[in-house]
Amino acid sequence: MRVFKSVYGCAGVLILVVAAGVAALAQEAPEVGPKAPLAVKPMQSHVGSMTGHAAAAKSDYRRYCAGCHGDYGDSNGENAVWLDPKPRDFTIATFKCRSTPTGTLPTDEDLFNTIGRGVTNSNMPIWNALGPQMRADLVAYIKIFSPRWEKEKAGEPIKIPAEPPVTIESIAHGKALFTKLECWKCHGLHGEGDGPSAATLTDSKDLPIRPYNFAAGKNDSRFKCGDTNQDLYKIFMTGLDGTPMPSFADVIQPNDAWDLVHFLRTLQVNRHGKENEVLSAAHGVIPPYVEKTPAPAAAPSDNKSPGGGN
Amino acid sequence: MRMWAQSHLCQKPQRTPSVLAAAFALAFLILGAGQSASAFPAFARKYGLRCSACHESWPMLNYFGQKFKDNGYQLMNDRDAPIWQNNGYWPVTFRFTPFWSRESTNKVATDQSPTGQQKLTATGFSFGGLDILSGGTLEKNISFLFVPSSDETGAFHFESANVRFDNLLHSPWFNVKVGKFELDSFISEKRELNLSANGATYQLFHFIPVGDGNIFGQLGDNQLAVEWMGHSYNDRTRISITAFNSVDGSPDRPYGQNSYSWFIAGSQAFNTGKLGVQRVGGYAVLGQAATTYATSGGAPVTGSGVGNKDFYRVGFEGLFYLGPKLDFQVFTQHGSDSAWFGQGYGDFIDNPTGVCQSATGPQPCNNTPGTQLIPGARRPTWNGAFVETHVVWHPQFTIFQRSEWVRMSQQSTPGTPSNLGDIDNYVIGYRYNPFMTSRAGFAFHNEFSWLRQRGTAPDGISDLSTNSLMAGFDFAF
Repeated sequence: MRVFKSVYGCAGVLILVVAAGVAALAQEAPEVGPKAPLAVKPMQSHVGSMTGHAAAAKSDYRRYCAGCHGDYGDSNGENAVWLDPKPRDFTIATFKCRSTPTGTLPTDEDLFNTIGRGVTNSNMPIWNALGPQMRADLVAYIKIFSPRWEKEKAGEPIKIPAEPPVTIESIAHGKALFTKLECWKCHGLHGEGDGPSAATLTDSKDLPIRPYNFAAGKNDSRFKCGDTNQDLYKIFMTGLDGTPMPSFADVIQPNDAWDLVHFLRTLQVNRHGKENEVLSAAHGVIPPYVEKTPAPAAAPSDNKSPGGGN
Repeated sequence: MRMWAQSHLCQKPQRTPSVLAAAFALAFLILGAGQSASAFPAFARKYGLRCSACHESWPMLNYFGQKFKDNGYQLMNDRDAPIWQNNGYWPVTFRFTPFWSRESTNKVATDQSPTGQQKLTATGFSFGGLDILSGGTLEKNISFLFVPSSDETGAFHFESANVRFDNLLHSPWFNVKVGKFELDSFISEKRELNLSANGATYQLFHFIPVGDGNIFGQLGDNQLAVEWMGHSYNDRTRISITAFNSVDGSPDRPYGQNSYSWFIAGSQAFNTGKLGVQRVGGYAVLGQAATTYATSGGAPVTGSGVGNKDFYRVGFEGLFYLGPKLDFQVFTQHGSDSAWFGQGYGDFIDNPTGVCQSATGPQPCNNTPGTQLIPGARRPTWNGAFVETHVVWHPQFTIFQRSEWVRMSQQSTPGTPSNLGDIDNYVIGYRYNPFMTSRAGFAFHNEFSWLRQRGTAPDGISDLSTNSLMAGFDFAF
């Protein structure tokens, strides 16, 4: 009898506990909680020899990404309201960090690199802890949110010419371009993000946006889209789509762009790099840039060069 | 607190049979006191990430979470320093676990039983203790963790209290931590998924042979220590060396002034494509602890410990993924204690009434000058392993099991049954998180565990086995 009571006592309590669990699980989900997942289209990505599959990333997207980017990729995750800047809206398929011309879709590798690199000055972490295949799958998953990926192909990556040597002249030319192209209007004369237009800038979703402050940060100062000179070159030759930062590809020549890169690096005053070394060697003074006038066509002359024969 | 109860329950029953009943009654208390330093919704709030970003199933870390921890609770972006946080941000998390459980022990010493021992089973509601976890960064590259932890009576102790200087010389290879903290095994008992009385402890993290007096080699206990830890930028390679006082992490139990032990761990992760990122590594505890104490009126004088004797634990650890939904944690150990520990010497401050054998007969467990071991006394030596499996059905639902075995390979006292103290431990359960946000963690947890230790029943002959069934709500906010 004692055993009988004990068994039923246990069973009763177990039922209570399970019932409590079921009741708890049946609570209405909070408004900020997960929604029904989107149907996964069979999108793919191709990064190197890897092929990413959207279906394989469904769970990882919920685990790592949806909190900010939202279950529907519309940047309305439960954290989005607290974030500044706001997370990327995948439904419009507009991306800042690309190797492709402005207005075009990025390559799969661009997105893959962004995930692994993170985005400085934002809440986007460095996700290089995720395996490459997982990141490739996530790239494919991102594509399910916008029909653009089904209608358009990624743009052709821009060509980046070899970087010329850093000289005080290239820095001086870059500074002249910085003025001529009116970069200072947003970024400020000293690149501190405090130009006269800075306070008025908004992104493509009419949200306030701040221009990059080159002077902030320490030696590890990074840009949103990387930390190499090539990355910086790409930024103003492709533009940061969705932001006021335009592409200058139609305005400046490749070598001029490199000069601008060299000057912008000197605005990162805390960075130890060859640009600041060259500037230090010039005692911190950037000489005025003298526009090189094209050499006049050689006038006919009767003078013969020395040693010239007939 | 949990560790003490566990070690007495499983390791020394023949000397302290009454502790069995106490341990049984304390089973509820045990449950909640052990999972300190676990999941941190405060971190999730700070960075705006879901718990699942860092936890395979909280509190168990995934690769991203391990990297975050190794970076000093930093994502290594410009939001790491607290100066960038809203003034209202407060890096504190509370963890609490109300539950129902059924605890059963096959043989408990009682006056009512004709044989002197009987089976006892008890059921009831209870709750675990409260963990208050405060951690994060004081400034970029200076991190801290502070964890006052209580049992269900409200008695607090400091589970962790440390500060860490991260990325010294701008290198991830130079991180120094000082204070009380968990040893750097990437398979962490503090972050295991198990909660039940017989499942919440990795036996190998606390194993002490029957009659052994070495309480100092428990790598599952947080230690008073200094740690150098280095890792590669992507955390694929990680290595650490820790020097700790041989006091089992308790500053109020100063066994000796000159007893230090070392913990060395290293691991390497490698990518295996669609299977995931695998990690393999090894560890070693190389220690020494006091066995000789001055006494005053027969009572041990704290801090007087000398006569250090040695011990070691070495093993392999691995974390293997077979795709995104299935992984295995494998942990092995080969351990050995000095014969002095094997004869019960060492734990004299806490157990001054214990009796140890010597060549001249029983005596207090104090290795006073002239003491000689019994003839033939040897180093107790053992081997063990566990395999823990996680089926992550989806980020909110995880099924787990653990199978663990410890086998003595050499008893300290000749003639002792070769399997005395051997342990088998099996755990199975699931954990369901009804929601997944960056504000709080909440899980419905159901688990069954079974533990058997050979030859440690009150009669000193038969096996002692216990099992636990628990269902509860584990939450952190």
